[in-house]
Amino acid sequence: MTSPVSPTIVRLGVRSVFGRRRGILLFLLPLVLVGLAVLVRVLVGDDLEAASDTLYGLGLVVIVPLVALLATTGVLAPEIDDGSIAYLLAKPISRHTIVVSKLVVAASCVLLFAAVPMLIAGLVLALDDPQLGAGFALGSLAGGLAYCAVFALLSVMTRHAVVVGLIYMLIWEGLLGGLLDGVRWLSVTRWAGAIIDQVTAEINLVEGLGTVYAVVATVIVVVAGTWLTGRKLRAFNLTGDE
Amino acid sequence: MSSPSERPGTAAPSAVIHDIGYRPYAGPRLGEGAVARSFFVTGLRNCFGLGRSGRSKILPMGLLGLMLLPALILVGVLVQARTLLGLDEHIVAYSTYPITTQLLISVFVASQAPALISRDLRFRTITLYLARPGRRTTYVLVRLASLTAATALLIAAPLLLLYVGGLLADLPLGRETERFLAALVGAVLLAVCLSCLAAVVSALTIRRGLAVAAVIVVLLVSYTVVTTIQGISTESGNETVGEVAGLFSPYTLINGLQVFLFDSPAATPTPPTSDAIGVAYLVATVVTVLGAVGAMLARFRRVSA
Repeated sequence: MTSPVSPTIVRLGVRSVFGRRRGILLFLLPLVLVGLAVLVRVLVGDDLEAASDTLYGLGLVVIVPLVALLATTGVLAPEIDDGSIAYLLAKPISRHTIVVSKLVVAASCVLLFAAVPMLIAGLVLALDDPQLGAGFALGSLAGGLAYCAVFALLSVMTRHAVVVGLIYMLIWEGLLGGLLDGVRWLSVTRWAGAIIDQVTAEINLVEGLGTVYAVVATVIVVVAGTWLTGRKLRAFNLTGDE
Repeated sequence: MSSPSERPGTAAPSAVIHDIGYRPYAGPRLGEGAVARSFFVTGLRNCFGLGRSGRSKILPMGLLGLMLLPALILVGVLVQARTLLGLDEHIVAYSTYPITTQLLISVFVASQAPALISRDLRFRTITLYLARPGRRTTYVLVRLASLTAATALLIAAPLLLLYVGGLLADLPLGRETERFLAALVGAVLLAVCLSCLAAVVSALTIRRGLAVAAVIVVLLVSYTVVTTIQGISTESGNETVGEVAGLFSPYTLINGLQVFLFDSPAATPTPPTSDAIGVAYLVATVVTVLGAVGAMLARFRRVSA
């Protein structure tokens, strides 16, 4: 094992995400975000609260996890679903290399289809305050990476990774995260919010959550999720559908 | 090696087929209608995991339970604290309930629509269905009907619980019945809209996981965008923009339609106020449903049997 990333697996991963028009959704989501940013800008003009509400409510809570989910499951789930991952696992490649290579593809998708559009949307909403866009771009990159690691682990744990991932994302992060404040200690979106608060001085998305805790927690989730996925793949069991 | 007929010495073939009494089925054969009926019932049962493995019952049954839970709590509060809080109607209106629980409804539709539609395409079971009496149109319409009925049941069950609970808590019968029936129409319309959209999206891909994600993307992103626009339009005083925006998510569309048709309490910040917008909501609903059915029919015309 020389490099932790295998270019061949990366190339196959890109094909698996974008092949046969499957990537349309990934292009659609950032377009919606930027489109809404333009509309909000036209309707309310330069308004910091509306801008951060839009970027948080649509961007960080909905678009970022969805991009991470689509990219991660697009790269891992189909192979597991039709059993062709057996051919990949039969190669003399470290399982950790496989996972890291696949996650590189997912992370690039998050960067391209979540973080960069957030920067653009932030600039559209507040052109004279590039801090806002930069903060949201950085926060969504951190949150997106953590989501990728979580969804990768889910993909190797269950065949219904998309449904389970959606339920986690909608119910835990979305519904309970909005209702119960204590969820902030265990919520990727809230951690990303805390990071954004640190970068952008004038907004306050999350109360009572230290930036250091948020950064450390995000890093732990990314590293532990990636490592556990590789470990899980070492003793992988192909099972039938339902 | 030669075949028996070419064997020398046998002049005429002496083989006989004996009738040993096997009889073909001569009873009445059920036609296309019966096929469609039983297909509908199977689809409806499958949506709730009945007739499928135990693991596929967990999600739909769990969602149904979660849908009923808030209604049960609301009825409990109504019964217990009616005099204390001076309530003479439901805490959450019937027409608002589906929009409050929209996450659960979206997950249900997104997980069950591909289970009904993508899998037939992926595992080619559609070939078997099309080999029976029954045309492609019937297949498509029956699949849509099963999904719609299942979704309508999911949406209407908590409303029924609220209605019965409200009557037991001595709310006025006439008024409650009127509101409940209006909400029931809304629930059916919402189920039709959601099922048609979800079916079209999941007929586009044979990969179940991708179909689930795609349906959620369509429902969740459209709802979030619409509520963001509506919120901002009320703040900035451009209510018309919000009213028009309501056309673009099934939840806000049907809620607005209920406000227009039955004068139900609105669940969105900008319900339709003028007749013109109300008619636009009605037209948008019809166009969504007919367009989706048309797209489904066009999609399945291209499926090779």
